[in-house]
Amino acid sequence: METFVKPDIDWAALSPVLVLLGGAALTMLVPLFLPVGVRRGFSAFVAAAALIGAGVAAAILFAHDDSGRGIVADALRRDRLAELAQVILAGAGLLAIGVSYREPGRREGIGDYYTLLLSAVGGMCFFVSANSLMTLFLGLEWFSISLYIMCAIAVDRLGSLEAGLKYLIVGSFGSAILLFGSALVYGATGEIGFEAIERAAAGGDRFLLVTGLAMLLVGLAFKVSAAPFHMWTPDVYQGAPTPVTAFMSAATKVAGLVLTLRLLTTAFGSQEELWTLSLAVIACISLAWGNLAALVQTDVKRLLAYSSVSHAGFLLIPIAVGTPLGGRALLYYLMPYAAMNVGSFAIVAARERELARPVTLSDLSGMGWERPFHGIAMAIFMFGFIGLPPAGLFLGKFYAFSAAVERGWAWLAIVGVVATVVSIYYYLGVVRAMYVSPGELRLAPAGGSPPRDPALTTAVAASLAVTVGTFFAAGPLIDLARDGVEFLRFPF
Amino acid sequence: MITTALIVLPFAGALVLWILPWRTSTAAGGLALLVALGELALWVGTVVNFDFGISGLQYDAERTWFSDLGVSYKVGLYDFSLWLVGLTALVAVASIGYGMWAGRVRPGAYFGLLLFLTGATVGVFTAQDLLLFYVFFEAMLIPLYVLIGVWGGAGRTGATIKFIVYTMGGSLLMLVAIIAFGLDRGSFDMTELGTSDSTWIFLGFVIAFAVKAPLWPFHGWLPDAYREAPAEVSALLSGVVSKTAAYGLLRIVLPSFPEQVADWRTVVLVLASIGLVYGSLLAFRAPDVRGVIAYSSLAQMCLIVIGLFAFNDSGLNGALLQMVNHGLISASLFLLAGTVERRTATGDLHLLGGMARGRPVLATLFIVVGVVALAVPGSTAFAGEFLVLNGIFPVGWGWAVVGAAAMVLAAMYVLRLVSAVLHRDVGTMVPDAALDLRPGETSLVGMLVIALLALSFWPAGITNHVFGGQPQQAVTTRFSE
Repeated sequence: METFVKPDIDWAALSPVLVLLGGAALTMLVPLFLPVGVRRGFSAFVAAAALIGAGVAAAILFAHDDSGRGIVADALRRDRLAELAQVILAGAGLLAIGVSYREPGRREGIGDYYTLLLSAVGGMCFFVSANSLMTLFLGLEWFSISLYIMCAIAVDRLGSLEAGLKYLIVGSFGSAILLFGSALVYGATGEIGFEAIERAAAGGDRFLLVTGLAMLLVGLAFKVSAAPFHMWTPDVYQGAPTPVTAFMSAATKVAGLVLTLRLLTTAFGSQEELWTLSLAVIACISLAWGNLAALVQTDVKRLLAYSSVSHAGFLLIPIAVGTPLGGRALLYYLMPYAAMNVGSFAIVAARERELARPVTLSDLSGMGWERPFHGIAMAIFMFGFIGLPPAGLFLGKFYAFSAAVERGWAWLAIVGVVATVVSIYYYLGVVRAMYVSPGELRLAPAGGSPPRDPALTTAVAASLAVTVGTFFAAGPLIDLARDGVEFLRFPF
Repeated sequence: MITTALIVLPFAGALVLWILPWRTSTAAGGLALLVALGELALWVGTVVNFDFGISGLQYDAERTWFSDLGVSYKVGLYDFSLWLVGLTALVAVASIGYGMWAGRVRPGAYFGLLLFLTGATVGVFTAQDLLLFYVFFEAMLIPLYVLIGVWGGAGRTGATIKFIVYTMGGSLLMLVAIIAFGLDRGSFDMTELGTSDSTWIFLGFVIAFAVKAPLWPFHGWLPDAYREAPAEVSALLSGVVSKTAAYGLLRIVLPSFPEQVADWRTVVLVLASIGLVYGSLLAFRAPDVRGVIAYSSLAQMCLIVIGLFAFNDSGLNGALLQMVNHGLISASLFLLAGTVERRTATGDLHLLGGMARGRPVLATLFIVVGVVALAVPGSTAFAGEFLVLNGIFPVGWGWAVVGAAAMVLAAMYVLRLVSAVLHRDVGTMVPDAALDLRPGETSLVGMLVIALLALSFWPAGITNHVFGGQPQQAVTTRFSE
């Protein structure tokens, strides 16, 4: 009988996750002993500190690591891909705190919210470094469960509960498919470690392997809301409290796509004929579905949700091509994308607080002039989502299309271009609503200016700075992205 | 350094205008006008020190942007782009001045956007990296969208959507072409592009420029955009922004795709000829002032493309001269249309008329611009069109016949416009109290007219100072001197 050998644990490599978990413990327990009035400030402060700590830890690891190595008996991988993703995730979480801070709601249990936020980021940080099917699933459930609760956290609002439940059911369905896929891959190869799967894949049962991989991809596609597995996205994005939507729209994509890249290149790098084209097809479906459905939306959160589906398509293009350039494109794209997502939902949140009701396009009319900073920021985000300079997303799309063209898939780039042209209509619809549409500003019944919200404004300003900064500082950031994917074994 | 300053100055001015609060249109417009005048002065300084003996790049500056795909911030001036930058600066001064004179609501935003547009246009004319070129090319769309969408006329929503979807549809295809071209070369540096024999890449560029110019049949956005925009925005749009398309054909398509240009020349010439005649006919039938100018703009851009695709010394020289001419002419005409609309609240030709009586300055400027626009012999437009026809004649006399016929049509629509606005009976919408041009208007339009007259006296001022004196060779060798 084999004895259990305790694996070496590289605590330094786990530090981002540990810092976040420590922060989560603090925000869960300490506020209970504090007066209600200071709970929010304390929790937000601890959460911000933990996220900054995690981000700094990941950045330090990034600076020290050269090539990657497996840790904790190869269950996780310590490499720059994970660390760069962790920095982005921590940044997205930090921005989300700014958006959340003044969210109206119960104040007693406010610590729970930040606990869940930290736990979700921690789970994602764990997830992106997953190096076996077991840790993959563990990380996925870890952050997903946190997100399910976060979606339902506004318990006095029916929409929020509905969103949480819907996300729970559909998300569990996705997880189950992913888990079943993992089992099939294990059945085909007898391995759960990514590298081991790669080694054993050639000799394994072909049918089981293909089915298993397909189910893995479907499960991940659920998480990154790629069509046709996006059905939950508009409902959940719309129903969840807007700061939660802001966070999860950005962070889930980062985590899910980075892990998809890692899984496919590490475990299935030599089986590229199984996934490159099928991912490209999913990308095309997402682009088509997301953009067409967004055209007819009037609720701004739903519109942005479909925009998120379409961007899942854009983001799958660089993964599908399976080249180093694609890897760089993905990581670079995620930086401005995450910031723009949080930023645009933050503005929706601000508007929602002002009007005390869900924001439709016509609720935005005149906002551009009455709230100049939010208006300009939103306009830049919208122009950026289209892919107009000076937003980093312009270069992100440029890189994604470049990756497709370099691979010889100019058709995929052209699909992306056509999707972009379609998207112009609804993104500009938001700008049009803010600046062009006639009609009076519809203030909240109380009238007057909304209360100042420096935390949210700071988050918007930071998102804006990242959005524009990634454009001008593209060179160094792409170097970082290159370091991030340097040691992945791309099939092409 | 100077090139960078030419690009950055308007952008910096725009930022200042957006950030500071402005109480009056005059203050914001005044600052914008100062910036535009500064831009013009900077350009004059550049011209004085420019070496016109060579066709190569001057005043260039370069900084790596991101290295893995070989993209850099590289800018510089060729002798022909210098004139287009000058055109941009001059039209910007007139347009911004006109906007200030007319007064616009939310002046900070408005004049900032005008300066942003100016900066982006200068960027297009000076960028020497394909991606940078594309960035500026797209950056022009943002201010145009907002300017037309917010300050435009009643049909502005439809006009902006049409405009943006048309032009971005074209230019995004160009993005794919740029990517394919740049990856193939390993660098996006426009001075080292070399040639390509890919028809797809060629078409990607040509369609983008055909939409922007516009050429027939890609002009669907044109009448609405030109009609709905504020007068000074139309002036910039048709005077300057449309020239970026002709510039792109000249700078990228002609030098880099010699085989395709030869193969597709007939197709392009057929489209351009159709557009020339069709645009002229529509201009003759258009019911309003802006419509006449808009469709004449379509016709003129087609003529410029004919000159470019003649691809010989005379044709290229003529095309470039005509680019500057048409820029000045259509900017003046749109500003004059603006002055007329201000006085009568309509552009409908049936409701106008008789405005010459008691308004000598308006009548004089209108007629002078009109006479130049119809290319009366001795005018700079005549010189330009003559060179174009002279260039296209050796390619095939039929093209020259079409071009010459279009000159007759130009006379018809310009004279119809002049008589409908200035002569005939006094229109129902023309109040007796409508004033003559005010000094502000006179000086702004007058400035453009003086430039036109100066060029009429000395068109060689431009034709002798472009392409290092040898257009065809300069284009064939891709301006590498």
